[in-house]
Amino acid sequence: MNRAQVASSFLVGFIFALGLGLAGMTQPQKVIGFLDVMGQWDPSLAFVMLGAIPVHYFSHLFLRGRKSPLFDMQFHMPTRKDITPSLIIGGALFGLGWGIGGFCPGPALTSVGSLKPSVLIFVLAMTAGMFLFRIYQDLFQKK
Amino acid sequence: MIWDPSSILNALLGGGLIGLAASLMLFFNGRVTGISGIYNGVFRKISPDFWWRLALVLGLIAGGAFVFVLRPEFMANNSGRSHIDLVVAGILVGFGTVLGSGCTSGHGICGLSRLSMRSVVATGTFMAFGFISAFLYRWLFL
Repeated sequence: MNRAQVASSFLVGFIFALGLGLAGMTQPQKVIGFLDVMGQWDPSLAFVMLGAIPVHYFSHLFLRGRKSPLFDMQFHMPTRKDITPSLIIGGALFGLGWGIGGFCPGPALTSVGSLKPSVLIFVLAMTAGMFLFRIYQDLFQKK
Repeated sequence: MIWDPSSILNALLGGGLIGLAASLMLFFNGRVTGISGIYNGVFRKISPDFWWRLALVLGLIAGGAFVFVLRPEFMANNSGRSHIDLVVAGILVGFGTVLGSGCTSGHGICGLSRLSMRSVVATGTFMAFGFISAFLYRWLFL
């Protein structure tokens, strides 16, 4: 266990949660109001991406030139470029669930801090969905 | 349409914090802050990555508790969705994010910032299906 990695990851999670809470992402009715473009549309959550992406775009350009991150020997960035059916079907299933519940994974885990039953139920079901994927993978995607 | 300047300002500032957190993760550990992948990884066989993943998830929950204590209205939950809806939604979100290699954070924030084509396609797909699903739910059940 690398203590610097563990401590910094905790800090990242904490700041991420503050951002999600301030942004309104931990209020499922607000998320649903954003997704339901045809209803009483609340576009405010589009500004979460407008706030986050420029910050991360420029920092990633700046950090890309470094040889390694501070607490590890190398970067671990995704390298895949292929557009697969899994990518699209997975995105579609996730989108359907997002519109039904109003939660995506980050805000749901953040809201566990409120100990509200509805969010705990969602997170348990989400965890079950992840385990179902493993069963599906074992059955249909022989490696 | 609801056009609320204070929500928009909060969304921008909150988004900025999210971008900062993702940037710190890249600077410290050289990793993408993809919450679904990190959370799913906590349940994998114990690996050297187990502890930082668990720490990040606990950091999220601790940050959430902090927000809830300070500003409980930021965690208001008035969606009216039933527990059964949330079970269905949770299973779809859990299965879909792992099958699709990411969620709003990994694809929507980190991937788009890196101009990854896979993330552009994934984000376009889950946004489109999110619109469809929220609309259909209202149309069918409300």
